[in-house]
Amino acid sequence: MLDTIGLSKIEDLVAHLPKAVRYDKPLAIAPGRSEYDILDYFKERGSENAAAGGNGYACFLGAGVYNHYRPVMVDTVVSRGEFLTSYTPYQAEISQGTLTAIFEFQSMICQLTGMDVANASMYDASTAVPEAAMMAIRATGRSHILTARTVHPEYREVLHTYTQHQGIPLDEFGYDATSGLIDIEDLSRSITKDTAAVIIQTPNFFGIVENVKQAAAIAHEHGALLVVVFSEAVSLGLLEPPRDADIVAGELQSFAIPPSYGGPFAGVIACKEKWIRQIPGRLAGETKDANGNRAFCLTLATREQHIRREKATSNICTNQALIALMATVFLAVYGKQGLRELAVQNLSKAHYLAGKTKTIFSGPFFNEFVVRSEFKGIAEINRELEAKKIIGGLPLEKFYPELKNTMLLCCTEMSRKPQMDLVAEAFA
Amino acid sequence: MIKKVRTHPTQNEQLLFEISSPGKNGYQLPDLDVPTIDAVDALGAGNTRTEIEDFPEVSEVDVIRHFTRLSTWNFAIDLGLYPLGSCTMKYNPRINEQAARVDGMAWIHPYQPDSLSQGAMQVCAELERCLLDITGMDAITLQPAAGAHGEFTGILLIHAALAAQGNPRKKLLIPDSAHGTNPATAHMAGYAVENIASNARGMVDTEALARAVTEDVAGIMITNPSTIGVFEENIAQVADIMHSKGALLYMDGANMNALAGISRPGDFGVDVMHLNLHKTFSTPHGGGGPGAGPVAVKQHLEPFLPIPRLARVGDKWTWNYDRPQSVGRVRAFYGNFGVLVRALAYIMAHGGNGLPRATYDALLNANYIRKLLEPYYDLPYAEPSMHECVFSDARQSKLGVDTMSIAKRLIDYGFHPYTVAFPLIVKGALMIEPTETESKRELDLFCDAMISIGKEVEETPDLVKTAPHTTRTAKVDEVTAARKPIVRWKRP
Amino acid sequence: MYPENFRYTKEHEWVHVENGVGTIGITDHAQHELGDIVYVEVPKVGTHVEQGKSFAVVESVKAASEIYAPVSGEIVEANDALTATPELLNSDPHVAGWIAKIKLSVPEEIDRLLSPTDYQAYLGEG
Repeated sequence: MLDTIGLSKIEDLVAHLPKAVRYDKPLAIAPGRSEYDILDYFKERGSENAAAGGNGYACFLGAGVYNHYRPVMVDTVVSRGEFLTSYTPYQAEISQGTLTAIFEFQSMICQLTGMDVANASMYDASTAVPEAAMMAIRATGRSHILTARTVHPEYREVLHTYTQHQGIPLDEFGYDATSGLIDIEDLSRSITKDTAAVIIQTPNFFGIVENVKQAAAIAHEHGALLVVVFSEAVSLGLLEPPRDADIVAGELQSFAIPPSYGGPFAGVIACKEKWIRQIPGRLAGETKDANGNRAFCLTLATREQHIRREKATSNICTNQALIALMATVFLAVYGKQGLRELAVQNLSKAHYLAGKTKTIFSGPFFNEFVVRSEFKGIAEINRELEAKKIIGGLPLEKFYPELKNTMLLCCTEMSRKPQMDLVAEAFA
Repeated sequence: MIKKVRTHPTQNEQLLFEISSPGKNGYQLPDLDVPTIDAVDALGAGNTRTEIEDFPEVSEVDVIRHFTRLSTWNFAIDLGLYPLGSCTMKYNPRINEQAARVDGMAWIHPYQPDSLSQGAMQVCAELERCLLDITGMDAITLQPAAGAHGEFTGILLIHAALAAQGNPRKKLLIPDSAHGTNPATAHMAGYAVENIASNARGMVDTEALARAVTEDVAGIMITNPSTIGVFEENIAQVADIMHSKGALLYMDGANMNALAGISRPGDFGVDVMHLNLHKTFSTPHGGGGPGAGPVAVKQHLEPFLPIPRLARVGDKWTWNYDRPQSVGRVRAFYGNFGVLVRALAYIMAHGGNGLPRATYDALLNANYIRKLLEPYYDLPYAEPSMHECVFSDARQSKLGVDTMSIAKRLIDYGFHPYTVAFPLIVKGALMIEPTETESKRELDLFCDAMISIGKEVEETPDLVKTAPHTTRTAKVDEVTAARKPIVRWKRP
Repeated sequence: MYPENFRYTKEHEWVHVENGVGTIGITDHAQHELGDIVYVEVPKVGTHVEQGKSFAVVESVKAASEIYAPVSGEIVEANDALTATPELLNSDPHVAGWIAKIKLSVPEEIDRLLSPTDYQAYLGEG
């Protein structure tokens, strides 16, 4: 091949580079290893972590990342090379597999959330939230964003990072200390005629199910949009979806995506029909081919970065296609009845454990709840549980200083009665 | 003469909603070991949905057949070459997949105590160390979820660094050859965009640059090698011009596959850059994501990196949130850890000795293609190519056939198209990046195909203009899809 | 092909003035260059536009093009039919495909625009 090019040695390919940019030293990286060595390395590092279901830990953490069973079918499908190693479906004629699956994904998300349009996924919920806020700003021409304190604290941090340089005023409103729902009076006092969006989460960070209708009424009365966020997607199998929202932004990790220490996940944005041109991210659309057969393609691409450049709805290029595919397979496996049954199991497990502890909020909850410790420090409880190979709930004081000595506990269909009983005992 | 493919029937398949039948299911949950709770009692009737309308109900066999059939309608790296410029469609090693699925890597929660996550943090630390060595930079964040996300983070860092000196400034300079994410990102970060022209050699015009850099300019976003696959020979001068005016140099690392192990951005004046782990570091594209876009910086930008930072305290890893100058979080948790595992596995497999060899092979393959196709396609720039080469359709468009049609005809030959009509500075561009994965055999088949199509353009242009002919779907009507968008299934 | 009583710009817009109100659109050459048009972002009535500044966007599948106002003034009417039927811009760019009507604020601007002969000569040079 070098002969064809007319060079004598491979280094000639960079002979034209200025000497100063050449790095001719060896890299400070060990020589290439065999696949057996590599796997051993990750198994060893893995053994230095507590893993739910893996080396025998039970985990009661939720807070935006949930331990749910992953049907075997999920990895079977996503491991197929035609899905795993394919590119973004810009060439529709040779990407109908990916495009069809995305179309199904978008459709199921609409069915689950009660919205008309859903995109082909975002990086995760934490980045979907600011994207939804910016959508509301474009759609209303206003700029103020009002967010509930019961939206996941890290999502709110990311919202702040995204908006800080765009001259977008951000404010927060509180929650009712008894029920754990949003403080409606505080919302009414805080909303202005410049508010583009009110952002709430349901179930909220405390696990409490919000009254979406009420929040929507206040937002719409003031000409603002309502953005509803979800982080526990399994709840959509049982909870009435936020039909009064204008935009829904959520996290799909619960749908067969391994917790993986926080990523990669898949967020999604869904909205009412009228906002379709403002939605960021990729969209798969149904059309026909030249022979009249149904076919799918990416559409409304003129919203996107590769065409609009600085006028794009977002800079996002990726959709989390493979992750969204995991979710699609999960949804296909469980189906209409399975999702409901799965959600009922989550509800039942959580209510069992909650019944044996002192929950602090009176509002309705799905699979997460906040418990206060009366007799011991939260840290001590978690240490006791660790010794029994149980990872306890998330101490909330770090995010909510007013909630001293409390933890956020989550139970899913993977939680077992013996471990739940041990958790209850630890509080005694 | 088409040598690489033959037609073969592929199964038809409808949508899940169309094969659905009430009562079918593909799951079984374990029995509840606690009492079943009544949803309406616990949540209230208003909060409980009666059903998920129109949601599919299918069996396990339905699921496996459905998705298997769909998969056979896709092209993939596992099937053959994707010559897509700047996408770096290299082989996705399966050992990466195994590594990511180790229980201790997959089933760890980001909020579990640091003491129970040391293995994960060690993996992050090791990847950080390797990437810093490869880039020649001083500090790195693994948080950003993708390239565009990394760009956004990088621009936030520039803003913060300049603001700390009293003035964040107003504009970013972006070459007219840049990827669309660059100006979109600049806008999102609150900066105005000013285009900087390329010179006749396809590189940044340093005279124009010197004139353009005022006290209002925060930095330049540059890709090196550029999107025409050419190394910016004046990069050191570009860096000097920027730095002399107190501005910063951002490098889009999309083309790192031309540099890994043989040239380090940190050595030629880059202040901040992002990497695309799903390009250079082999993590799978998966049909469009996930990726990961770590951002590496020089020491003077380190204080501004997103929180939390990985830190060593005694003999333990911790997440450090005490970073008063940080730009904040750019996403929840720590990064696309599953993608990071895959990238580290790749680095370990190649090793310090293998990474530069892979880079040389990438350069070799691109230049081999360039040499073979030069007699048939117009080469707009005579500069030496690095890992990709860019042709234009100048000769073919005179005969009425453009780059899009040639790309579609390439599908009939068994390849995925190259990158069409980008970069914008080349009219009718054909951007080709083979990567080091491809053997001479596959490259020869590709070049044969391109040469054959060149002949078809002269002899039977209509065949090319109406391509592709052998795909499962004929040309897809993207116009109607945009005029009357149908983005979800509705019960007829 | 190019109506006599229209005036043209080098950015391929046309304007037809009657009683101080100019009807604006894009030329046949422009629609041909853009290809199949999939969406038109028509301006809002009441907006003030400046000659040479963008006032509408026309999208094809692969590109979004800004349309620059040939004259300055206030938008008094917009062709909402384009929202449902953007293809009018392709099929009838000089009549049914009009984009907006502007009440001219600086009538003299018309004099600096191209006549049909000049516009066609300009196209010939391309």
